Amino acid sequence: MTPESELTTSESTQPIATFLVFRGSAEEPQGFQEFKVPVEEGMVVLDAVHYIQQHFAPDLAVRWNCKAAKCGSCSAEVNGKPSLMCKTRMDALPLDEPVRVSPLKAFPLTRDLVTDVSWNYEQNKRITPFTPKDENTDAWNVRQEDVDRVQEFRRCIECFLCQDVCHVVRDHDQKDAFVGPRFLVRLASLEMHPMDAADRIPFIKEEAGSGLCNITKCCTEVCPEHIHITDNAIIPLKERVVDRYYDPVLWFLRKLRGKA
Amino acid sequence: MVQNYETRYECHHHDVLVVGAGGAGLRAAIEASAQGLSVGLVCKSLLGKAHTVMAEGGVAAAMANVDGEDGWQTHFKDTMHGGKFLNNWRMAQIHAQESPDRIRELERWGAVFDRTESGKILQRPFGGHTYRRLCHVGDHTGLELIRTLQDKGVHSGMDVYMEATITHLLMDNGRIAGAFGYWRESGRFIVFSAKTVILATGGIGKAYSVTSNSWEYTADGHAAAYRVGAELIDMEFVQFHPTGMVWPNGVKGLLITEAVRGEGGQLTNSEGERFMKNVDPKRMELSTRDIVAKAIYREVKEGRGSPHGGVFLDISHRGAEFIKKKLPGMYRQLLEFADVDITKGPMEVGPTTHYTMGGLRVEADSAQTTVPGLFACGEVAAGMHGANRLGGNSLSDLLVFGRRAGIGAADYIRQNPGVPVIRDEDVDAAARELITPFEQENGENPYELHRELQTMMQAKVGIVRQEADLQSALTDLQGLAERARRVSVQGSRQFNTAWHLAIDLGSMILASQAVAHCALQRQESRGGHTRLDHEGYNDYWARHNSTVRQENGDMRIGVSELPQMPEELAKLFEEAV
Ligand SMILES: Cc1cc2nc3c(=O)[nH]c(=O)nc-3n(C[C@H](O)[C@H](O)[C@H](O)COP(=O)(O)OP(=O)(O)OC[C@H]3O[C@@H](n4cnc5c(N)ncnc54)[C@H](O)[C@@H]3O)c2cc1C
Ligand code: SF4
Ligand code: SF4
Ligand code: FES
Repeated sequence: MTPESELTTSESTQPIATFLVFRGSAEEPQGFQEFKVPVEEGMVVLDAVHYIQQHFAPDLAVRWNCKAAKCGSCSAEVNGKPSLMCKTRMDALPLDEPVRVSPLKAFPLTRDLVTDVSWNYEQNKRITPFTPKDENTDAWNVRQEDVDRVQEFRRCIECFLCQDVCHVVRDHDQKDAFVGPRFLVRLASLEMHPMDAADRIPFIKEEAGSGLCNITKCCTEVCPEHIHITDNAIIPLKERVVDRYYDPVLWFLRKLRGKA
Repeated sequence: MVQNYETRYECHHHDVLVVGAGGAGLRAAIEASAQGLSVGLVCKSLLGKAHTVMAEGGVAAAMANVDGEDGWQTHFKDTMHGGKFLNNWRMAQIHAQESPDRIRELERWGAVFDRTESGKILQRPFGGHTYRRLCHVGDHTGLELIRTLQDKGVHSGMDVYMEATITHLLMDNGRIAGAFGYWRESGRFIVFSAKTVILATGGIGKAYSVTSNSWEYTADGHAAAYRVGAELIDMEFVQFHPTGMVWPNGVKGLLITEAVRGEGGQLTNSEGERFMKNVDPKRMELSTRDIVAKAIYREVKEGRGSPHGGVFLDISHRGAEFIKKKLPGMYRQLLEFADVDITKGPMEVGPTTHYTMGGLRVEADSAQTTVPGLFACGEVAAGMHGANRLGGNSLSDLLVFGRRAGIGAADYIRQNPGVPVIRDEDVDAAARELITPFEQENGENPYELHRELQTMMQAKVGIVRQEADLQSALTDLQGLAERARRVSVQGSRQFNTAWHLAIDLGSMILASQAVAHCALQRQESRGGHTRLDHEGYNDYWARHNSTVRQENGDMRIGVSELPQMPEELAKLFEEAV
């Protein structure tokens, strides 16, 4: 059966959505290509992309793994909004106009919907890893309430949607001076870990560029894991930087009490 | 001596090449690095996106934090019971003994598990585990595990090659010499020379249409190792997890974690009956997966199913606050994908292809396969779980045997000095094979072939099997194998998903043949393998594993005798459980 005949037979029962999908690479011609896709109940944008691969464009480049909003692979921009394609329901989109699917804008294009996100992996490498206070204890005694916040941060699936939406990373291209919200979240998860011994405050100020964030909260809005990136991670980190550099007495007192 | 191929291909040299960056591969790579070796880690996806990230319910270890009576002996016994005694006893023993240490180690590397009131690692009940044993983080334990290992790994000095696919293993006189593959992004070929290779490529679930597995589970490790002479065992044992989503279509097969039942979820049929009481009145919903999956299958088959062809699973009696705290991922998954609020009412569930118990035969202590220098750990290895895996025993398996594979590889290198040599012709043959789909015109569409394979396997080699279906599956598979050789793809080699699938198809079909052959051979029903025409256990098969290996280009199916459990372990089963 050709795709066309499939469309006509299903037309009477199924609504058809028009997709404009970004195609091309640095070397190939770029632009939006139009596809018609029958819409099923409960369908998500990634289903449509797979339909397009199977019926019209077998070589369409796209990343995905879990199809369950758990791995953070299928990040793209749907109608301009950074989204997980596997989590974006078709019935939440206005289907009287074309659905535009394009790659993350903040990162260099590889091909079609795939971008080169290696910059993010480089940022992670710069961060001092978890440094246990106590190497020898068999099992740690840690209260749930002391790790609730850290667990919130550790829910991050590294989809990099927050990186994509953050204007510091995206527009101003200050990628040398700012690690982006994802890695401020990671830094917060380490700094607030009750059993961590390392001090990352100088790094957060000097190299991670915490001062460049001007708390627009765009990152928090797109986070599929609903992590309170700005309120719970970035603002407290900024406060710690201020304490350290501008209120050393307070910092010293905190250090005496435990975790600075 | 510089080999000719080195002038023509991108080449990397390592002591240890680890293929796969899930829990098993990462743990192996960390260990091999700690042993002072040069390690390369290759994975098909971005780092941190392997299957392990999707694991939900927890990781099993007899820490006895919640139930003080627990200990490795009980964990060992539960694992053997769950596997219907087809497990390699030594692997089950090592696993039960070493899991608690691997968990504590993970905590020292930064993992943050849920806590008990008194500040220990919290443990939850799961099917087939006598005690509350699964350490967990809500219902996203795998994410915690993989991120911890990833962050530890990138600071351990290894080289990571992400979005690269290994297609061939390379040999030097019966000893492993390296691997061949391609970058997904550019399509360019890469040669890795290595003294040892550790396979940690995961399972084969993408050969089925209703599956909880991602595109990565295409049996690459199974196929590549088989082609260089490694032995596979127990391939008929495929785990169908009882609770996958059945609706909407796009998410059919997506997993609903066993933790829902662990936390008190109840299964009912369309008549409101808790049908598990007819099958396993003692353990009810927390019976082993093979038993629950078959019970659901029967309810549906006999007309007592839910509207979308499953049964009902209800956790709402535990209250909204509890559910959102303990099962936040499930709450959102059902709400976002199926418009079902599980704090208010039941969800519909049905069996989904989930896990591959079969795989590469390995030595229990070192994780070495039957090919010298080739190691395997995680889901691609076999023996640990026998005929049926207990929930939570995979994540612990990855940590225990990932580490052991790293040590095994280091020992092997110490005992076998010298650098194996890769042959030019092997490299060229691999490259030629991969290019073929671009050179054939008007061939088959890989997506269409894949769909046919999945539908066929689901129907004929699925949760229940019988001779006629299996025979017909083997005929179908032969046809599919021939057609797969004629696939054609267009476009460039840059991130060409059709080409990637065209290559993966060969591995999937090969593994499917192994599954179908072994399923035909085993004339009994046990764990993940159910024969309608051979119900119940059989004494002969209770003592034998199935084996698969390549001989003169043909797939040779056979049996091997189960290793004998030593007296002191056998005695454990005489005491009351
Ligand atoms: C939804 C879901 C929930 C689960 N929940 C649990 C649970 O709660 N508890 C539990 O114990 N188990 C659970 N499991 C099972 C468990 O997660 C898996 O068995 C386990 O993660 C497998 O780990 P692995 O390291 O063997 O493979 P994976 O984590 O799958 O990693 C395989 C790696 O191999 C790479 N690879 C594959 N082929 C190639 C190739 N040709 N070249 C290069 N790289 C390749 C992949 O890119 C990937 O990096 C769950 C599984 C699923 C799917
Ligand atoms: S709040 Fe800060 S980090 Fe987040 S998007 Fe705005 S500037 Fe970027
Ligand atoms: S913090 Fe949220 S948006 Fe950012 S990478 Fe993590 S999960 Fe994605
Ligand atoms: S495919 Fe994993 S988040 Fe979408």
